[in-house]
Amino acid sequence: MESAVDPRPTPAEGSIPYLLIGLGLALLLWGSGWGLFVAPQESYMGDVQRIMYVHVPTAWNAMLALTFAFACAMVSLLRGGWKWDARLEAAMEVGVTLAVLLCIQGSLWAKPTWGVWWDWDPRLTTTAVMVFAFAAILALRRFVDDPVRRAAWSAVAAIIAFADVPIVYFSVRWWNSLHQLQSSPETVSRAFHWPLRINAFGVLFLMSGLIALRARVAELRLRDELGPPLPLPAAAQGGL
Amino acid sequence: MSPVVAAIRKDLLLQWRTRAQVLAIFVFGASALLLFSFAIGPDAEALRLHAAGFLWLALLLSSTLTLAESFQSEMEQRAFEGLLLLPASPRALYYGKAIANWLQLTLVGAGLVPFMVVLYDAGTTRLLGLAGILVLGAAGLSAPGTLYAAMTAQARARQTLLPLLLFPLVVPVLLSAVKATSLLILGDPMGQLRPWTLLLACFDLIHWALCGLLFDRVVED
Repeated sequence: MESAVDPRPTPAEGSIPYLLIGLGLALLLWGSGWGLFVAPQESYMGDVQRIMYVHVPTAWNAMLALTFAFACAMVSLLRGGWKWDARLEAAMEVGVTLAVLLCIQGSLWAKPTWGVWWDWDPRLTTTAVMVFAFAAILALRRFVDDPVRRAAWSAVAAIIAFADVPIVYFSVRWWNSLHQLQSSPETVSRAFHWPLRINAFGVLFLMSGLIALRARVAELRLRDELGPPLPLPAAAQGGL
Repeated sequence: MSPVVAAIRKDLLLQWRTRAQVLAIFVFGASALLLFSFAIGPDAEALRLHAAGFLWLALLLSSTLTLAESFQSEMEQRAFEGLLLLPASPRALYYGKAIANWLQLTLVGAGLVPFMVVLYDAGTTRLLGLAGILVLGAAGLSAPGTLYAAMTAQARARQTLLPLLLFPLVVPVLLSAVKATSLLILGDPMGQLRPWTLLLACFDLIHWALCGLLFDRVVED
C-alpha cells in the first residue's frame, strides 16, 4: 500500500487576501485623495510633486516584495515545500509589477522635473536591472516543465539575482557619479507625511493580498501538475 | 588526479576537438565588432572613445554562444546524466566547465583585441594590465554563465533564456571591464583603474563562490 500522504500543496482558503486588497485599495484612495486635494502644493515642483504619494510607497513595497521573494527562495531551497515555491512565484511577479510601475511613475515625474524621461541615476538603473533580472526568472519558470527543477532553478536564480543587486548599485554609482539627491522622509516636510504614510500602508496591504492570492493560483497550478495518476476509488475501478 | 582537474581536462579536450566552433565564435565576435562602428558612423575619435565598450559587448555576445555550446554537447545522448553518476561532486563538474569556459572566453577576448586596435585605433602599451582585465572580465562572465547554461540547456527556448538571465546579472562586469579597458586605452589621470579592477575582482569572487555553492541544487533531481 502506498503512503497516503499527498505531496501536493493544499491552497489556503478564506477571504483574508480579499480583505487585504479591499483595505489596501481603500487606504490608497484615501491617501491619494489627501495627497491630491488636501496636502499643500510643493513650492518648487508644484503639482508634479504629488506623484510622490504613490511613487515612494511603490518603491518601498517593490523592494519589500522582492526581498520577500529572496526569503522564499532561501526557504524553498533549504527546507523545500511547494508552498514556498508558490510564494516565490507570487512575490516575484508582484515585485516585478511594482518595479515596472515604479519606473513608469519615475519617468512621468522626471520628464517635467529633470526634462528627460530617464536618467542613469544609480537607483533608477538598479531598479531597471532588477526588473530585467527578475522578469528573466519568471520567463525561466515558464519554460521549465518539470516542477521540481523549476522550483530549484528559480530559487537558485533568485538568490543569485538578489546577491547581485548591491554590486549593481555600487557599480552604477561609481560609473555615474553625478547622481541627484533623492527625497527621503527626512527631506519631506511634515505636511506631506500623512498621505505618504497612508499610501505606504495601502500599497503594503494591496501587495500582501495580491501575493497571497497569486500564491493560491500558483499552488492550484502545482496541484494540477503534480497530480499523480491517482488510483481510482475501489468501486470505480471495479466498474471499469 | 582530483575530480576538478579531470573535469577541466575533459572540457578542454572537448573544446580542442571542436575547435572549429571556437573559431566560429571568434569570427562572430569580430563581425559584431565591425558592425558596432556602423552604429556610430566613421568618426574616428568617437570610435576610439567607445572602443572598449564595443570590445566587451562583442565578448558578451560571443560568450552566450560559448556558454550555451558548452552544455549543449553534454545534453546529447544524456552525457551529463552519466557524468553525474560518477563518484565526483557536481561542484567539481561545475568548476571544471566554468574554468574551461573562462579560458575559452579569455582566448576569444585576446583574439578580439587586435581587431579593436586596428578598427578603432585604440591601442595601449599596458598590455599586462589589459590581459589582467580580460582574465577578470572573462571570469565574471563565465561563473554565472556556466550555471545558467546548465539550467537553460535543459529548458525550452534555451537560446532566448540564457542571455535573458545572464545580461542583467553581468551589468557590473560590463561596467567595470569597459571602464578599466577605457582607462588603459585613453589614459588614467585620476588613478581610477584600481577601484574598477577591485570591483571586478569582488564580483568574480562572490559569483565563483556562490555559483559553485548553488550548482548542486541545479543538477540534482
